[in-house]
Amino acid sequence: MSTVLSVQNLSKAFGGVQAVEDVTFAVDAGEMRALIGPNGAGKTTCFNMLNGQLKPDSGDVLLGNRSILGLPPREVWRRGVGRTFQITATYGSMTVRENIQTTLLSHHRQINRMWTAARTLFVDEAMALLEQVGMVNQYDRACGVLAYGDLKRVELAVALANDPQVLLMDEPTAGMAPRERVDLMALTAEIASARNIAVLFTEHDMDVVFAHAHRIMVLDRGRLIAEGAPNDVRNNEMVQEVYLGSGAVHGVGSA
Amino acid sequence: MGELIVTILTGLSSAASLFLVAAGLSIIFGVTRIVNFAHGSFYMLGAFIGYTMVQAIGGTIVSYWVAVLIAALVVGLIGVLMEILLLRRIYHAPELFQLIATFGVILVIQDVAKEIWGNEDIVSPRAPGLDGAVEIFGQRLPEYDLALIAIAPMVLIGLRLLFYKTRWGTLVRAATQDRQMVAALGVNQRWLFTGVVFLGSLLAGLGGAVQLPKGGADLLMDFGIIAEAFVVVVVGGMGSLGGAFLAAILIGLLNVFGIQIFPNSTLVMMFLVMAVVLVFRPWGLLGKPETPAATGTEIPNEPLRPAVPMVKVLAGLVLAFLIALPLLQELFPTVLDPFVIVQANEILFFVLFAAALHFIMGPGGMVSFGHAAFFGGGAYTSALLVFHFGLPFELAFPAAPIGAALLALIIGWFCVRLTGVYFAMLTLAFAQIAWSIVFQWTEVTEGDDGINSIWPSDWVTPLVLYYLTLGLTVAGVLLIRRIVFSPFGYALRAGRDSPLRSEAIGINIRRQQWFAFTISGAFAGVAGALFLYTKGSIAPTSMEIARSFDALLMTLLGGVEALAGPVVGAAAFKLLEDLFAASEYWRGLMGITIIALVLLLPKGVAGFAQTGVGRRLGLSRAEEVRA
Repeated sequence: MSTVLSVQNLSKAFGGVQAVEDVTFAVDAGEMRALIGPNGAGKTTCFNMLNGQLKPDSGDVLLGNRSILGLPPREVWRRGVGRTFQITATYGSMTVRENIQTTLLSHHRQINRMWTAARTLFVDEAMALLEQVGMVNQYDRACGVLAYGDLKRVELAVALANDPQVLLMDEPTAGMAPRERVDLMALTAEIASARNIAVLFTEHDMDVVFAHAHRIMVLDRGRLIAEGAPNDVRNNEMVQEVYLGSGAVHGVGSA
Repeated sequence: MGELIVTILTGLSSAASLFLVAAGLSIIFGVTRIVNFAHGSFYMLGAFIGYTMVQAIGGTIVSYWVAVLIAALVVGLIGVLMEILLLRRIYHAPELFQLIATFGVILVIQDVAKEIWGNEDIVSPRAPGLDGAVEIFGQRLPEYDLALIAIAPMVLIGLRLLFYKTRWGTLVRAATQDRQMVAALGVNQRWLFTGVVFLGSLLAGLGGAVQLPKGGADLLMDFGIIAEAFVVVVVGGMGSLGGAFLAAILIGLLNVFGIQIFPNSTLVMMFLVMAVVLVFRPWGLLGKPETPAATGTEIPNEPLRPAVPMVKVLAGLVLAFLIALPLLQELFPTVLDPFVIVQANEILFFVLFAAALHFIMGPGGMVSFGHAAFFGGGAYTSALLVFHFGLPFELAFPAAPIGAALLALIIGWFCVRLTGVYFAMLTLAFAQIAWSIVFQWTEVTEGDDGINSIWPSDWVTPLVLYYLTLGLTVAGVLLIRRIVFSPFGYALRAGRDSPLRSEAIGINIRRQQWFAFTISGAFAGVAGALFLYTKGSIAPTSMEIARSFDALLMTLLGGVEALAGPVVGAAAFKLLEDLFAASEYWRGLMGITIIALVLLLPKGVAGFAQTGVGRRLGLSRAEEVRA
C-alpha cells in the first residue's frame, strides 16, 4: 500500500491553548482511518488544517509527495482532498442531482460557462454517483426537504465527485439514527476500498469506529497518544484512561 | 501655522454630529441587527425640531441647550414609535426587508417634514453665548466650533459609562454579543430593544440639533448624512463606539483638507480612505472580524426551476401585447393615449434595471444599495462621449454597458470582500461618491444641470426607439435568465446557499460574485443608456440613493425569490408611481405602501405564485411536503 496523505509535526495554538501539538501520521490508499478523542481533543482543528481552512503554526501536510500547506480549501480540493462537514452543507436552492452537477462542473473546470443550461451537463456522471450512495430515486427532490441521513449521503456523493485520493469526514454520522450510521459507514468503507480512497474520519460513536476503521488514532489535548489496529487501541492503557478516566482527578493523573 | 490649526479644529468640529449619528446607527445595529436607514431622517428631524424649540424657548444660554436636549428626546421618542409599530414586527425578517421598511420611513418623514417646515432651507440660528469667534494664532474660529469639539468626547465618555457602569448597559452589551443567550436568561428583550432604539435615535436627533448653528436644516440632510455615517461605521468598525469616534474624526478632517486638495470632489478623499482601510482591515479600524449573515436575503429552500408552461404562456402574451402596442394605439386612439407608448417604454428600461439588480440580489444573495451608480454610469458614459467628443449614437450607445461594467468592476472589487449589510452599506457609499463626482465636477459633467439634448440618430424615431428598448429589455432579461441557469449561475447560487461547501468544492466565491456584480452593472448600464436616449438628458438625480432604491423596491415588489420578480415588480412600481404622481404627497404614499408591503406581502407580488393559491392557478410547481 502506498501512502497518500502524510502529516508531519503539525501544531496549532489558539492564544495560550495548544489545540494540536506535534501530530504526525500517514494514511494509505484504500485505508479507513479513524481519528478519535474526547471533546476538545483537537480533532476538528486537525481536520481544518488538513484541508486548508486553518493555517498551522508549524508542520507540514503532504499529499503524495507534494506539500499542500498554505493552499486555500478550494485548491486543496482540486488536488484531490474531498471533505464532508459535521453539519451538512448542501445547496438548498438546488435539487439533489444539481448539487452533484455543480460539483462536477467545478471539478471539470466548466463552472464559468454562461450559455448552456447546467441542468443538462454531467447528468450521467451525477446519476452514477447518486447510484453509488443509493440516492437515485430522490434525484429531483430539493435538498431542503431530505431526511438528515439522506442529506449525508448526498454529501458523500458530492465529496466523491472530484475523484478524491483522500476523503476527510468530520463526524460523518453525527445526528443520525443508529441504523443509518452503520449503513452510511458500511457504504463509505465499500466505496473507499473499491476506489482505493484513503478515508480519514472523526467519530464519537465507538461502534462505528471499531466496526469500520482499519486503524485508529487517539488524540488527547492536542497530542496523538495512540495509533494502531482497533484491538491494540482498545487495550491501550492510556486510551482507556482518557476515555474512562484513571480514577485520578482530571488534569492531575494524566498530565 | 494658525491656518493649519484652525483647519484641524474645523474638521474636528464637523466630526461631532457625524460621530453622534454613526454611534446611534452602530448601537441600534449592535443589538437589533437592523441597519436603520431612517437614521439620517432622525438627524434631519433633530435639526428641524431643534430649530422650532430654539425659536420657542431658546433665548438664553441655558434654555438654548434645554431646547436642544428636548429636540433629541422628541426624536428618541419618534424612534420608539417606529420600533413599536414597525421594527418589532420585522426583527426576524431578512435584512433586506428591514432596510426597505426603514427606507419607507424615510419617505414618510420627508413628506411630514415638508408639510411642517416647508420647502425653504432653515438658516442657522445663533447659539446664545457662543455666537462670537475666538482668535487662534491670528485666525478666527467660531466659538461654537469649540463647543462642538467638546461634545463628541463628552458623549463618548457618557456612553461608555452607560454601557460599562450600569446594569442596562451590561445587558445591551450582552445582547450585542448573543441575543438568544440574553433572552434565555429571562431578560425582557422587547424593552431592551425599544430602549436601544430610543438611545440611538436620540443620538441622531442630538446630532441634528447640535449642528444647527453651523448648517441649519433642510430636506436633503437625511440622505447626505446617511452615506457619510455608513462610511464612518464601515471605516470605524461596526458596533465599535471608539471606532466610530476615530473614523468620524478622520472623515471630518478629510472633509476640510479634502476641499483644499480636491476642491471639485471632497468625497473622493473619503473614497480613497475607505478603500485603503477596507483593503487592510475589512472589518474597519477597531471592528472585530465577525461573520454576519452571508446574505441579505433569505436562502430559499426550494430548487430554482425553469418557468412552468403557464408562466411562459403569460410572458408570451405580454410580449405579444407590447409588440402590438404601437399598432393598437394607432387603431384605437380613443382608448389608448399616445402617452401609453412613453409609459411602456419607461417601464421597459426599468424592468431591465430591476432584472440586473435581481441577478446579484436573488441568485447572488448580494443586496446592492447603490445600483443607480451603474444605471447613471452607463447613461453618463454615453452622454459624456457625445457631449465632449461628439460620438454618434451608434458608438456612444454601446459604450454605456462598457463604461458601467468598468465602474462595477472597480466598485465590485472592494464590495465583494464584505457580505450582508456591510456589502449593502459599501455599495451605497460608493454610489453616493459616484453621485458626488458627477454633481461636483461641473467642468466635465455640467454638475447639477446635467447633460441635455442627447438624442439618438435620425433613423431612430420614437417608434424605433420603443422597439429598440423592447428588444434590448427582452434580450437582457432572457440573457440574465440564461446565465442564472448556466454553470456560472449555479456557482453564484452555490456561493449564496453555502459558502463553506462552495469553497470546499473549488469554487472561488469572491471571484464569482465579482464577475456577477460586473455583469449586473453592464445590464444596468444598458438600462441607463436607454433612459438617456428616451429622455434626451441625464442629471445627477439618476444616480442618487432614491434611484437605487427604486430598483430595490421593484425587485422587492416582485419578490426576490421569483425570477419573474423584477419584471412584475418594475411594472407594478411604475404604475404605482404614476398613480401617486398626481398627489403632492407621493413620497409619503410610496413610503406607506412600502411599509405595508413589507408587513403584509413579504414574498412580493410574483412570490404570490409560490403560495397555495398561485400553485393552484398553475403559476408554479406543486410544493413538496417535507419528508
